[in-house]
Amino acid sequence: MRGYNFAYLDEQTKRMIRRAILKAVAIPGHQVPFGGREMPLPYGWGTGGIQVTAAILGPQDVLKVIDQGADDTTNAVSIRRFFARVAGIATTTRTTEASVIQTRHRIPETKLRADQILVYQVPQPEPLYRLEPSRVAARRLHALAEYGAMHVRLYEDIARLGAVAISYDYPVLVNRRYITSPSPIPAFDNPKLHRMAALQLFGAGREKRIYAIPPYTEVRSLDFEDHPFRPHRADGACALCGARDSYLDEVLTDDRGGRMFVCSDTDYCAGRAA
Amino acid sequence: MAYVAVKGGERAIDAAHAWREAARRGDPAVPALSTAQIAGQLGRAVERVMAEASLHDPVLAALAIRQAEGDLIEAAFLLRAFRTTLPRFGAALPLETGRMAVRRRVSAIFKDVPGGQILGPTTDYTHRLLDFTLLDDAPPPAAPRASDPVEAMPRVAELLAAEGLLRPEPASEVTPFDLTREALAHPAPRDARLQGLARGDEGFLLGMGYSTQRGYGGSHPFAGEIRMGAVSVELVPDELGFPIDIGEVVLTECQMVNQFHGGKTEPACFTAGYGLAFGQADRRAMAMALLDRAMQAEELGEAVTAPAQNPEFVLAHADNIEATGFVEHLKLPHYVDFQSEAEAVRRLRAAALAKAAE
Amino acid sequence: MSAVPDLPGFPDPVTDAQAAFRAILWAQSHPGAIVAPAPTLAVPPPLPIAAGALLLTLADADTGLWLDPIFAPARAWLRFHTGAPEVPLSRAGFVLAAGLPALDTIGLGSDEAPQDGASLILPVAALGEGTRWRLSGPGLAASTDFAAALPEGFAAFWAANHALFPRGVDVFLCAGPRLAALPRSAALEVA
Repeated sequence: MRGYNFAYLDEQTKRMIRRAILKAVAIPGHQVPFGGREMPLPYGWGTGGIQVTAAILGPQDVLKVIDQGADDTTNAVSIRRFFARVAGIATTTRTTEASVIQTRHRIPETKLRADQILVYQVPQPEPLYRLEPSRVAARRLHALAEYGAMHVRLYEDIARLGAVAISYDYPVLVNRRYITSPSPIPAFDNPKLHRMAALQLFGAGREKRIYAIPPYTEVRSLDFEDHPFRPHRADGACALCGARDSYLDEVLTDDRGGRMFVCSDTDYCAGRAA
Repeated sequence: MAYVAVKGGERAIDAAHAWREAARRGDPAVPALSTAQIAGQLGRAVERVMAEASLHDPVLAALAIRQAEGDLIEAAFLLRAFRTTLPRFGAALPLETGRMAVRRRVSAIFKDVPGGQILGPTTDYTHRLLDFTLLDDAPPPAAPRASDPVEAMPRVAELLAAEGLLRPEPASEVTPFDLTREALAHPAPRDARLQGLARGDEGFLLGMGYSTQRGYGGSHPFAGEIRMGAVSVELVPDELGFPIDIGEVVLTECQMVNQFHGGKTEPACFTAGYGLAFGQADRRAMAMALLDRAMQAEELGEAVTAPAQNPEFVLAHADNIEATGFVEHLKLPHYVDFQSEAEAVRRLRAAALAKAAE
Repeated sequence: MSAVPDLPGFPDPVTDAQAAFRAILWAQSHPGAIVAPAPTLAVPPPLPIAAGALLLTLADADTGLWLDPIFAPARAWLRFHTGAPEVPLSRAGFVLAAGLPALDTIGLGSDEAPQDGASLILPVAALGEGTRWRLSGPGLAASTDFAAALPEGFAAFWAANHALFPRGVDVFLCAGPRLAALPRSAALEVA
């Protein structure tokens, strides 16, 4: 695009982000601060993911962008257009065709390969923020691997409600060291984080943090021996493709309680329905 | 070949943007606003946008205000997103506000000061009555011109410092922190804090500064000096090795003077809170100075009890571009997460009802 | 201003740096995997091509660099094309070593900021041949053998480094145009 560098960011900014990504890969699950830049999209709308994508993207890449699992949600459309405009790269809606997938709130149902990179948009990278709003204090807890408060919080849920009452952004322990936010994906997606073949990169623009889960890394959703982690989905089949293994969106069809369930992953659904 | 799916989202975005553009222009029978009109007649808005965007460019700020239909946070966002793409040629020398071409200068702590008190083009003592003559675009009366040239005006803080009454602020040769290039880490040094305040949301600075006056981290402030005027910007190009004047900016500088009881190693004295803003911006510079002083609490050994004294809290929430993005992002689709919550609530309710039925 | 060196840098700085970065990212994400970030780059000897490519890709005015004196002939080229200032060993983000430095002489980061640990660029005689090592850890589906002619004492150096995790250094082994990464998360033993 005239007047702008390839993929919008200047080269010095890309180098800074690339250095942060490499350190993030070397320390799985640890939040690396980076000099996040203002992007021409609002904070909270994927600026961290966009900066990570812009720093890794090359002319050979094929980019897929999803929001809520769907390629045609407005913000996914907007971000895909942004990169088509500033990087002139090919885009796709097919999970299998993409080399880089930027996502908000979902992991595709189709198993990702080693030659793919999954970039997450992260609103709140600090998994401890509800327990400890001071990031200075939280950083100290991570340094000491002092995670007792998180376990207590989960156990209180079990004692009070019989189950952990976190249904999305369910905290994970990465490589047996760092408690990490998987971003607000439904807990249903958490098992896909574990030993995924693709590199997973997480960008939080407003909070200026990047973190990573390298391929095949152990990622455990926090739980207890007597209350093991259980992923949930709506109990039903997709009205379009009949899938019983995919995460389902609930669609209200009238004001008398009518509803249907359809796959949240639109590419997965279209591939099955075809 | 890969393809871009054209579905409802794409068409909806195009239509929305077209509607927005048409609405922004308003009634085509009414002449369009020019950026010169905005820069010349809505100066306070332009200055606020430049401050919150961290970019001094009145014409582009006016353009941003026009494009944003007067939404000043949106305008600051537009200007910042442009700023971030600009190359850097170098850093200016520290501004010499003591050599300011002063248009306004008031000190609340002395009846008179060397150089005098100058009200300047202020609204301070206007009666806030709507001026209906402006409906007819009546030309303003001619402003009288001072006959005497303005005398040299040493900064009031320096007069206090000369007597040893003001806690000295040691000069530093360290390159200031730049939070537009690096992530802020806490405890943040004062240079980083001042930069964060300088681009902070005016309403937030005002509210937080006000809170210190109501007892939430009180610092007994006096307005030592507020001065406004033009200051030269100088730069030393590598190839020249000596400073050259590259233009001037109009600034408002505020030094609040605050009581300090003294610590283990120093006797009682006054301490300063510092505020600086583009243009004529008393409110912004004064609120900033209150907060700068409040955030020195920990360094001065004072009890840290109030939000305004907590730099992590203030700086993390002062940026209106960050804040508006994150607040407004809640209107993006969240239906996947909501679905997982709804399923969880249904499970919990079913379990509770089954238990109650036992 | 630095003198203009005889050799150019990347012919196409934007695309070449991106391609080199993706190769290095692959290496960092797959410990022991051998990549060639910019195989045709002309570098001043005795700098390994891969080391030159890595520094052109990642170093700039914001990153401190430490050079072993043996690489003095590459100093002007690196300075011109990266702008990276030379700094003492303990403060360098990128350490271009000739032999294995003592671990406690390099930046290892802190518990709160382990990312401040240095990146150690280590030229080796061979990658893909030499002693067989066994690697395991993040990035590897199962423990994996890789061959490299590593300097004397490397196993002990690495054991000490790995034990510091999450602090520590990340190593980039360079042999001519070829590069393999050992992120601090990787465990290494003689196969």
